Amino acid sequence: MRFRFVAAEILHGFRRNLSMIGAVILVTFVSLSAVGAALMLQMQVDRLKGDWYGKVEVSIFLCPVDPVDIANCAGGAVTQDQKNAVRTRLESPEMAPYVAQVFEQDRESVLAEYYERYGEDYLPGQLTVDAFGPVLHVKLTEPVDETKFDVVTDTVSTMPGVLEAVDQSDLLGQLFDLVGKIRLAALAAAGVLALAAVLLITTTIRLSALSRQRETGIMRLVGASNLFIQLPFMLEGAVAALLGSVLAVATLWGGSQFLVAEWVETNFALLMGKVNPLDALAVAPWLVGAAVVLAGLSSALTLRRFTRV
Amino acid sequence: MIKFDNVTKIYARGARPALDEVSLEVPRGEFCFLVGASGSGKSTMLSIVLREEHITSGSAFVLGQDLSRMPQRRIPRFRRQIGSVFQDFRLLDRKTVFENVAFAMQVIGRPRHAIMRTVPDVLDLVGLAGKEKRTPHELSGGEQQRVAIARAVVNRPQILLADEPTGNLDPRTSEGIMAVLERVNQTGTTVVMATHDVGLVDQAQHRVVELVEGRVVRDEASGYYGGDV
Ligand SMILES: Nc1ncnc2c1ncn2[C@@H]1O[C@H](COP(=O)(O)OP(=O)(O)OP(=O)(O)O)[C@@H](O)[C@H]1O
Ligand SMILES: [Mg+2]
Repeated sequence: MRFRFVAAEILHGFRRNLSMIGAVILVTFVSLSAVGAALMLQMQVDRLKGDWYGKVEVSIFLCPVDPVDIANCAGGAVTQDQKNAVRTRLESPEMAPYVAQVFEQDRESVLAEYYERYGEDYLPGQLTVDAFGPVLHVKLTEPVDETKFDVVTDTVSTMPGVLEAVDQSDLLGQLFDLVGKIRLAALAAAGVLALAAVLLITTTIRLSALSRQRETGIMRLVGASNLFIQLPFMLEGAVAALLGSVLAVATLWGGSQFLVAEWVETNFALLMGKVNPLDALAVAPWLVGAAVVLAGLSSALTLRRFTRV
Repeated sequence: MIKFDNVTKIYARGARPALDEVSLEVPRGEFCFLVGASGSGKSTMLSIVLREEHITSGSAFVLGQDLSRMPQRRIPRFRRQIGSVFQDFRLLDRKTVFENVAFAMQVIGRPRHAIMRTVPDVLDLVGLAGKEKRTPHELSGGEQQRVAIARAVVNRPQILLADEPTGNLDPRTSEGIMAVLERVNQTGTTVVMATHDVGLVDQAQHRVVELVEGRVVRDEASGYYGGDV
């Protein structure tokens, strides 16, 4: 009886407040979708971080024959001794936790690669093999993270015969920064929308309470408990918010399954890897929880004032 | 049943007291009229009994409980033992007669079978048998008030508070309502009724308590509306 009665009251409230309830559902839906998308983006990036860094190596450019204006290269082309010293340093026990492998690329191969990339007639006549020194490619130990690059470059960059030690981790760093900013923007938008959701739910409860003043008045008069009087209102907001969160989860799942996954796979397979639609289910409990918190917060804000004994 | 000891009620700071040092006792099973001019404090007295209003000073006991010391959470259970009826009926327009009465049982969590058994009996008691499927606007004022009384007594309260229950009704209909209240009283329920209805009071020969500006000025066991005639 109690359950049926409360369920009937909620349904009744829904019908009376249809547009308000619709607004609550939509706002929580959009807000939680933004939160969910941000969370999923983060999951994807965390998963790929290792992959991405794993593909990046440190390249140590050694001094060429042609004079360059760098203190380490004051003595002209790198000597065999200098090169050996760098290799020995890289292969020393202190560097073992960072360096997995070192292999050398000779000047001719560097030039060939250069031509391959930019074409034979790039700077024709001026470019000779003397413009390039040999390059030491350093592969880092797994799992690779951003700190390891710095250790290796810092160690060798001041050694004589080293023109420059570079890695592409900075590029990745910029990419991660961008991802971080996108995520922050999504969360900020979600926060504003969540505030809107709380205000909307509060207003819905208030309207609902006002339109049912006679009922609640009688309930109080005949001795219905506070919980019994307030439950339909609380549940009305909670059910609407929950519907919003369910819609958000469904959208995230469907979106990652049918839209993003395909798009990413055709365009950014190398960069992004596979998007896993099941991530949507992993974030689902958080979104549903957030919906419950939103609704609970709103109820707590309103009910005290509108359904007093 | 109801015991007031020097009860004073002041609504707003500095205002004239709505009740001024009222002492009064209403024993179990009594039928008691509250009379007095508009603003004399009759409704205030009833809201205090219902624990809708706090008293400012003095002490008020209802059903053996000290109202000033009753915690909030005890109020609902306390009110289940008190029924109330008002001048404006306060029915739910979308519900039928049966549903309006059943509502009072549903919201305190009474089981379905109890509702099905009790509601017809009570509708019978107030003279509404056969009209349970009507909605309030298909009823006369007198019939609406009968529904309200049925709702007030369906949980078998020990006290029935009636605040000008015949205020909106013509004299003949009022007599019908009065008869229903007498019947409720005969089942053992204590009835306290605030009223301006001279005819009813004079005819009923019950206890009459008269208030003037919040003070009890007359309390007669078997009195008339206007005092001695
Ligand atoms: N909620 C309230 N807030 C402030 N003052 C109130 C309130 N209710 C009643 N009063 C005041 O208390 C006094 C007594 O009012 P009450 O309603 O008890 O009179 P009454 O005898 O029921 O009058 P009536 O016969 O018109 O119903 C009046 O002066 C009134 O203005
Ligand atoms: Mg009054």
